[in-house]
Amino acid sequence: MKDIRQIRLRVNGTEHELAVETRRTLADMLRHDLGYTGTHLGCEHGICGACTVLVDSAPVRSCLVFGVQADGCDVRTVEGLADGEELSDLQQAFSDHHGLQCGFCTPGFLMLAEAYLAERQAAGAGEPTEAEIRELAASNLCRCTGYQGIVDAVLATARARLRSGEGRGAGRGARGSRDAAGGP
Amino acid sequence: MSRDARLNTRAGRWVGASVPRKEDRRMLLGRGRFVSDLTRAGMLHAAFARSPFPAAEVTGIDTSAALAMPGVTAAFTAADLGHPYLIAMLERDEFTPTRMPLLAGDQVRFAGEPVAMVLAADPYAAQDAAELVDVDWRPLDAITGIEAAQDSAARQVHDGLDGNRLVDLTMFDDPALPGIFAAAPVVIDAVFRSARVAALPLEGRACMAEWDDRDQQLVLHISTQVPHQVRSGVAQALGIPEHGVRVIAPDVGGGFGLKCVVGREEIAVADAARRLRRPVSWIEDRQENLTASFHGHEQRYRVRAGFDRDGRILGLAAEIDCDVGAYSAFPFTSAVEPLMACTELPGIYKIPAYRARGRAIATNKAPTAPYRGVSRPQLVLVMERLMEKAAAELGIGALDVRRRNMISPGEFPYTGVNGISYDEGSYRESLDLAERQVKETFRNVTPAAESGGLMTGVGYACFSERTAYGTPTMSQRRMAMTPGYDTALVRMDPSGEVIVTTGTCGHGQGHETTFAQIVADRLGVHPGQVRLRQGDTDLASYGWGTWGSRSIVIGGGAADRAAAVVARQLRQVAAHLLEASADDVELAGGSARVRGDAGSALPISELARIVHFQTHRVPEELRYGLEARASFDPPGTFSNACHAAMVTVDPGTGEIRLRRYLVVEDCGVVINPMIVDGQVSGGVAQGVGAALLERVRYGEDGQPASTTLMDYLAPTAAELCPVQITHLETASQFSETGAKGMGEGGMIGAPAAVLNAINDALRPAGISFDHVPVLPAEVCAALAGDAVAAGEPGGPGGMGGASAASAVSGEHRRGAA
Repeated sequence: MKDIRQIRLRVNGTEHELAVETRRTLADMLRHDLGYTGTHLGCEHGICGACTVLVDSAPVRSCLVFGVQADGCDVRTVEGLADGEELSDLQQAFSDHHGLQCGFCTPGFLMLAEAYLAERQAAGAGEPTEAEIRELAASNLCRCTGYQGIVDAVLATARARLRSGEGRGAGRGARGSRDAAGGP
Repeated sequence: MSRDARLNTRAGRWVGASVPRKEDRRMLLGRGRFVSDLTRAGMLHAAFARSPFPAAEVTGIDTSAALAMPGVTAAFTAADLGHPYLIAMLERDEFTPTRMPLLAGDQVRFAGEPVAMVLAADPYAAQDAAELVDVDWRPLDAITGIEAAQDSAARQVHDGLDGNRLVDLTMFDDPALPGIFAAAPVVIDAVFRSARVAALPLEGRACMAEWDDRDQQLVLHISTQVPHQVRSGVAQALGIPEHGVRVIAPDVGGGFGLKCVVGREEIAVADAARRLRRPVSWIEDRQENLTASFHGHEQRYRVRAGFDRDGRILGLAAEIDCDVGAYSAFPFTSAVEPLMACTELPGIYKIPAYRARGRAIATNKAPTAPYRGVSRPQLVLVMERLMEKAAAELGIGALDVRRRNMISPGEFPYTGVNGISYDEGSYRESLDLAERQVKETFRNVTPAAESGGLMTGVGYACFSERTAYGTPTMSQRRMAMTPGYDTALVRMDPSGEVIVTTGTCGHGQGHETTFAQIVADRLGVHPGQVRLRQGDTDLASYGWGTWGSRSIVIGGGAADRAAAVVARQLRQVAAHLLEASADDVELAGGSARVRGDAGSALPISELARIVHFQTHRVPEELRYGLEARASFDPPGTFSNACHAAMVTVDPGTGEIRLRRYLVVEDCGVVINPMIVDGQVSGGVAQGVGAALLERVRYGEDGQPASTTLMDYLAPTAAELCPVQITHLETASQFSETGAKGMGEGGMIGAPAAVLNAINDALRPAGISFDHVPVLPAEVCAALAGDAVAAGEPGGPGGMGGASAASAVSGEHRRGAA
């Protein structure tokens, strides 16, 4: 007997209302019920971080959260980072610094870094050190890059956002832009 | 435009420039298309019932409870499918093939082996139902180690398998060796081991199969490095013609060799789709990936080496045992590790006399695949440890011992005792440069670390990496399916844009970008105008996929050749329209022009338009398209590198930390420096993982103990440090572009460099290790003088202890509390 609940949530600025089985993970709900397939599953036990999404601005392993737990929440996925077809500063930095190869872990790193940078900005923190970014990046696993490009990309974005005062990516990120093409 | 302006193009060429990757945009936007993103109306989800025993007879399977579950559509056993199997063949007397059934029949040979497949409307229901498959098991003794497997009393993993040896061959056997060893001033006997490891792509295996009624074709979307070999495997296992199967690899989330073999589950899923006429999806979970896919690198080398008083090696003999698990993987076979090891052990060193015996040992563990590096991380570790040992014995600098033995400038091409011809490399130069860089850049970390009570050490690894093996080389392995060539089709469409098809199958290496750079240079267009189509057996000519550092040399070489033909066609058309000689026409910047006559430029897009839409305007021999097909099948070419690592060892906790890492590498002409650096860094990360963290453990009872990412430790950013990379460029004469393959070098050099660094750090304590990974507990045990406890000898996960060259004395234990 399936236990099904009706929930409402906002994903990348779009309201969704759906019936979901209580045991269904947030990751599966986002990917298969709502079509946000940019969120990837690498281990399904909370270690690799490929499935990281933001729930009410906090990074969350969506494989360890049930979909019903996101009832009433504001969720951001990788599809919500870009401004339409224009890559965000963080996304562009990942490309500039060769922070991705196969691309499977990339959405998780992007969301992890996006939350980190927004949190620092909100706290008025200064420029992070490379060691701090390494510590952050150690939350997730990448098997292709050796992480240097990821660390460099996050560091470069942090510096650029500090330089520009109100970072354009961060400002937009806080609002949560609507997904342009990858939505339901 | 601004991005292009930043590119450091050499002489107006795209090759050599860090062109941004075409692949990035879709990945960054979350719009990549991986197998698990594919959905179809009415799609079923597969789950497998798997053996909980490492070895057991199956006396009965009952799927009725599973079938009774709501949402379950079907369940299949081996008998239901007619006992289909995969068989990988080597045409050698020393090789015994194994049949790997898609679903195990009357016997299971490792914990995790699939015995039944359940199909349901959603994956949660499918997994629930798979747990209800009722199997009657009669457990058997598990064979879990190289020694135990070869015991004459050991049970045979496969019937009739003497000593559980799937492969047992002596490849070289110089009769002079006993005399050489008897007379050698220094003889070193040593045993080296490397743990079983997992390739661990972040995307596990995945497939979605569907029956296409219109084309009467079974279409298999699969995360693979080798679409054509998957097609051949499906056709052979299911007894259907190859044209009845289409294999499509969409975006592939990493492979590292795990996906260059053909898995049983994917073919079983394809068979289910064919039988049910329904789309069927299977997405491997991480536990399945760690226990039931493929592993690699579990090897033991028992080596004897003789040296003269100057440190020159006189003779080398090796007994090489590879624990290959329960089955030979299709199509490479279980011989891939021992054959590579025996053939290439001498590496960059001049060995006058050589003997190598290699074995593939069957055990009740998951089968093995050609994981990144294939035996070379191990054989480089062996040779680099031997150089260090000889140096210590003789009181000569270890780098000088290497220099005295390595193939030197002026000696290329060098044909070794192993029959291999080494094309020109920069073995000596890379070592000299690395040594200089170490002196300049490593020194500054030492005082700070040592003041904190840590022991520091620097280690080197010098090696070459044979890449891009074509059939001239692969045929020596005598595989029934002998890989090596690849074929490209280059077509220019009426708008002047270019489509390239290839049988290679990139999965993170940036081939959409690098192939475009090569073709763009030939045709005088922008790389943005060149689109690569790969990973589709209906689009590309039969090809051999992406593995063995082959794609840019072989696939890229074929594309280069085909593009050269199209370029000639373009020059001829332009010459006709400009009333000039084709030899005087050059293609550059999107135009064809007569050399030295800037006013003569014709846009290439205009030539393409005329050839397609105004065909009557060109002579008959130039009509009907701008396209060419070409193949490439080189013997292979050696890239080379010198790695240097600095580590610190905490004598209190045994913690080993990587502090500095540098690579001086030579992969010939660099197509895209950014991408080459990424391959090097990523490979080094995997090699560091193998040296310090990674091991797939099995209990003595054969039960897998590394079933989650809590148990199997892959390196994170916190365990790594930046990799400083310098490129030397010795162009290959066996490559169309001068490039050499380089996908595996990072992984090949790193274990040896890190192990040598650890041993350098522990030198004051008189301790050294000859295995990887070296774990903190082993360091602590060795420092406490407990060499036996250090390596858990006897246990299947144990790698052998430390050797204490001298007693561990108090004053040597620098910084110990």
